[in-house]
Parts: sequence; C-alpha cells; structure tokens
Amino acid sequence: MTLADADRRLPASARWRRAVSNGRITAVLILLPPALILFTLFVTLPLGESAWFSFFNWNGYGTPSDFVGTSNYERILGHSIFHTAVGNTLKIVAVSLLVQMPLALFLALLIHRKTPTNAVFRLVFFLPYILAEVAAGLIWSFVFDGNYGVTASIAQGFGLGEVFILSNPDWAFMAIMTVIVWKYFGFHMMIYIAALQSVPQDQIEAARIEGASRLQVVRYVQVPHIRPAIAVSAFFAIIGALQVFDVIIPLTNGGPSNQTHTIVTYLYTFGLTRLNIGFGSAVGVILFVGAVTVAVFYQRIFMKRAEA
Amino acid sequence: MKYSAAALAAAIAAVSGHAALAQTQINVLRVAVNPEQEQYLEKIATDFEAQNEGVDVIFEYVANEAYKARLPTLLQSDARPDIFYSWGGQTVVEQVEAGFLQPIGDLLPQGFRETLPQAGLQAYEVEGQLYGLPQYATEVVFWANKALTDQAGIDLDAIKTWDDFLQAVQTAKDAGVTPIIAGGQDKWPLHFYWSYLALRHGGPTVVTDAMSGENGGFTAEPFVAAGRDFQRLTELEPFQPGYISTTYETASGMFADGAGAFHLMGDWDYLPMRERSTSGQGLPDDQLAIISFPAVADPVAEGGNDATLGGINGWAVTNSAEPEAVAFLAFMMNAENQREAGRQQLFIPIAEGTSDGMDNPFFIQVAQNIADSSFHQIFLDQFLGASVGATINDISADLAQDAITPEDAAAQVQEAWDFR
Repeated sequence: MTLADADRRLPASARWRRAVSNGRITAVLILLPPALILFTLFVTLPLGESAWFSFFNWNGYGTPSDFVGTSNYERILGHSIFHTAVGNTLKIVAVSLLVQMPLALFLALLIHRKTPTNAVFRLVFFLPYILAEVAAGLIWSFVFDGNYGVTASIAQGFGLGEVFILSNPDWAFMAIMTVIVWKYFGFHMMIYIAALQSVPQDQIEAARIEGASRLQVVRYVQVPHIRPAIAVSAFFAIIGALQVFDVIIPLTNGGPSNQTHTIVTYLYTFGLTRLNIGFGSAVGVILFVGAVTVAVFYQRIFMKRAEA
Repeated sequence: MKYSAAALAAAIAAVSGHAALAQTQINVLRVAVNPEQEQYLEKIATDFEAQNEGVDVIFEYVANEAYKARLPTLLQSDARPDIFYSWGGQTVVEQVEAGFLQPIGDLLPQGFRETLPQAGLQAYEVEGQLYGLPQYATEVVFWANKALTDQAGIDLDAIKTWDDFLQAVQTAKDAGVTPIIAGGQDKWPLHFYWSYLALRHGGPTVVTDAMSGENGGFTAEPFVAAGRDFQRLTELEPFQPGYISTTYETASGMFADGAGAFHLMGDWDYLPMRERSTSGQGLPDDQLAIISFPAVADPVAEGGNDATLGGINGWAVTNSAEPEAVAFLAFMMNAENQREAGRQQLFIPIAEGTSDGMDNPFFIQVAQNIADSSFHQIFLDQFLGASVGATINDISADLAQDAITPEDAAAQVQEAWDFR
C-alpha cells in the first residue's frame, strides 16, 4: 500500500489538515500560480480566441465582424492542399514509428553500456537533436542542392546527371522525412539508453546462463523492461510529427506546388502569411482537436498497457 | 566594471536628457534596408530634427516577412508607429477600412501634392482621400547578360514581342546557354510573368475590372491567355535546372555570376545582385542591359502593351500620428531629398523632375520607361492584398511546373478574391 492509497482512506478534513501540516498546501499555493497564470494567458486564452476567430472571415485588421459560421472549416476540409498536408503529417508519423524508433532502439542497444567509446557515439548521435531546426533545414538544403550539394556529387558519380531532389514533387517529401529521422532519432535513442541502463543486470545474466542468445536477451528481457519508455517515445514521436514546421520552411517552404506541407506549415502559409486569420484559426482548432484526441486515446490505451 | 557602470550612467543621462527635451516623438517603421539606405534615412531624420526643435524622429527596421506579419497586430496596439512603409494598393484600402490610417491631404504643405505624379498618389488614395505618400517607383524588366546573348547570337534590340522573346529563349538553348535564371522557391519572381502577360493582354483596367467582377472577374480571358502564354515559355524549359528550389537571392547572385542570359526582376536588383555574386562584383555595367517586358501581338484588349509593372513604394500615416509626422513625411519626400536618393543610386525618385541627379544608365532608362508608360500597375501580389497575392504567386509557380491549367489558375485567383 502506497502513501497515496493511505491518504485516500482518510476523511476529507483529516486529509486537508495533513496537507496543511506537511506543507503541501503551501507548496501548491507558491508553485501553482506562476504556471497556472502563464498557461492561462498563453495557452488557454489564445485557444479560446482562436476558436472564436475561426467563425469569422477576418484579415487581422480591426475586430472580426464578418461572421461566416462554419464556412472556414468547410473550405479547409474541401481544400486539396489540406488533404496533402494531413497525408504528409501521417507519413511523418509512420516514418517516426516504423523507421526512426527502430533505428533509435537498435543504436541504443549497441551503445547503452557506459564506456568512453559509447559516450562519444552517444554525443555524435545526439548532436542533430541539439541543432536548431532552422539551421538543420538550411544545412540540408545545401546537401540536397542540385548544383553543389552532396547528393548532386553522388548522383553525378553514378552518372545520373543533375538531380534536384527538393524541386521534385515526388522526392521532396522523402528528403524532408530523411531530415526528420536524422534530426530526432537521437532523442528517442537517449530515452531508450536511459531505460536500458535501468534494466536489472542480474536478469540479463540469468537469461545468458540459461543459454539465451543476444537476440533473445533483447527480445525477452530488455525490450519488455523498457516498454514504458517505448510507449513514451512513441507518444513524443506522434505529437512531434503533428508539429513539424521549422525543418520544412528552409528546406522547401511547402513547395514544389504545395506538395510538402504539414498541417502546421499549411496553417502558417494559408493562415498567417496570407492574413487569413479566421481561416488559420480554424486550421489551428482542427490541429488542436486532433492532437488532444491522439493524446487522450494514447494515454488511455497504450500508456496504460505499457504500465501494466 | 566601474567604467562600464559610469558609461551606463552617462548613457542613461543622455537618453533621459534627450527625452526631456523632445516633446514630440515620430516613430517610423520600415522594412529593413541596406546600410546606405539606412544612412540616407537617418540623415533626413537628423536634418528634420535640426530644423524642428523638440521633435525626435525614430526609425525602426524590421525584416521583410516579419514586417508583413507584425504590422496588423502592431497597428491595433498602442505601440503603433506614426508612419510606416507601404506598398500601396489593396492593403492600404484594408487598413483604411479598419480605421488605422488618417487622411493627410489637408495637412500637407501648400502645393506639395503637385510635386508628385498623380499615378503615384493614386496608390495611397482611398475614395478620394490621401492616406500616405509614394517615395519611389520601380519597374520589372528583363535584365540581360550581353556577353551570353551575344554568344548565343541574340539581338536584344529585336526582341519586341512575346514571340520574339520565345524565339530568343530557343536560340539561347540551342547555343547551350541557360536562357533565364529564376528564383522559383519564393514564387513571386515567377508571378511577374503572369502579371505582365495579363496586363499586356487585358490593358490598363484589367485588374480593376476583375476586382469589380466584370467579365467573370479573374477568370476573364486576359488572365487565361496570360497563363497560356506563360506556359508557352515554360514548355521550352527556359529556367536553370532546379529553379523551383532556388530562392530569389540565390537566383539574383547566379545571374550576376553569369549563369544565364535573362533575369526578370525589378530595377532594385542592380546593387543587391552584385553583392550576392560569388566575386561580390557581379557583371560590369557594359555587360548588362535591360529590355522592357515584350508586347503581345494579339492582345485580348488593347492598351496593355505600353503599360509597366512594378511598385509604387512609399509611406502611410496612422490615425494616432501628430501633424508633425505629416510634416516630416513631406520633408522626407521633398525635391532635395528625392534628388539625393537618385544621386546615391538608392532608388528612382518619384517626385517630378528629381531624377536629373541620377547617372546610373539603367535607372535613367527605367525612369524614362515609367514616365512614358501609359499605366503603371503595382505588383499584383502586393496590390491585391496578402491572400490573393499569395495565390497568384502559387498559381504562377504551378503554371511554370505544368501542375495546373491556365483556366484552373485563373479560377483559383478568383476563388481567393471571393474569399479574401
């Protein structure tokens, strides 16, 4: 029985007295307001405002007055570029889950032991994550450049002629996904490394003595132990995929022909830069609802299962 | 440490002393400019302050995209500037409708209005009232690299019509010269083609007619014809490889490096393209030429072949500005300051008779073009407001890549106009 369970059995008044006496109330009174005020001012209020603006055709000047009902939402849902943006966002989710996370896990298994060499590798793999997104995007736009980029040299080496990956509607998004995997796998790898280091060594040894192969140790001992970490990392991957923005702007700016937008770059391009604030707010609301739905369901289903 | 504290104290004293003296502060917001232009503006501010005791002029500079994004919010706040940089057109109309600007016609010095051309003033007029002043006009032209056109055997003087130009593009290609350098990633460099062709096909009133919904608005024949003619060009694959992922800055540097024969861009690119070239020098003047955008042989409506496309850039005055701000604006735009800008090759002054200080042959030619023009159309991506403008940029890039038809392109612009 934990302390919290014990607390729950006490009557309300006793719980209150106990909270006051052990300083919990003081802590709440001191620590909660800053976060609560900031959260209200910069998250809750803007959210409410966005929801309100989304029912207006408003260019940001003056106060919104042209009430259009749900027509912003109808326009978004009927907009082919929005469909592409949602499709691209789902592609990023898929790549994060199916390529990035397995890659991160594989590397984490290789270098989770605390040795000097591993520390160097960890740093190297983690570096892309430290780099600012816009900087990473710019660097990769040079890499993919068809005139002097690395990919151009490689393509020429194979006699393929000039290859302008970011100009090609079919390839540009592949390039973006490559950058995203490169940028974030280190983050997931670190989560796994931390989790792998807490796997009890005696269980691994026991499995070895019983004759388990390296693969079997991974499969039956290590991975089951770090399942909560995997659940958390998958959660971050999905939410992160919904928010991808600053890598894309310097790489393609959503082009060519608006084929490489995610939901957020779509919002920025069609809402903010065009001063369609009502329209942009509606996209924001849709994104918010999507993210909350994912978060709630994920917590309910997968996180519970991972804890069990 | 002691020294820095003393310096700080001195600085505070200086600032507070200054503030105590100045009764009126004029805040001017401008899109970031190069150091020479900044110096030019600061000099004007200092001169004005010297003549008007108790007035303090403060310039603030914001990068281009950030400026456009911040302005609407800023105008609604108490921190709104008194004077801000403007491209005129529909954006001014929207700002007037929202009540952010004040009419300045009556506040200007006697006879000042007459020093500026009517076409320039029009860009800042809404329903007969003047809300700002134009400072300079720009024109979009074909910059040509004479070394390359000579090499390919292109006679620049012979390019009069769109067909001539298409022929020149083909000639360049046959000679192994990249015909045109374009910054397709930013899209607006491509929108010049569609806009110019629409203007050529539809005549001076083509845009205003479309805005008032005549002949099917933006789905009218001139706009479709513009898309068709633009695609006749893009079918020749005239641009450098990968142009759609090339930014304007890169493209402008590439042209100055001699990577292609033509570059459709405003006269403002004269100095920047040199600075962006690998050598920092760019093409020498005698290797550069400018030609006007070609005429179309079979326009849908007459009158468009003498028109020019470009900008009428200037300043708008907000509703909270003091009369001193208007006085400063008139001072900034007086003949002497305008002439000085031409002399320093900063821009082509718009005030009547002030372009005589210029000795740059390209600027002189552009000034002449604008003076001779039957109508000067402001860039469509500025003139029609942010939303419709961005749509025109989008469809221009899509047309170039053959991703949409000319009819769909025109329909998309009309849709954006309906929903603006």
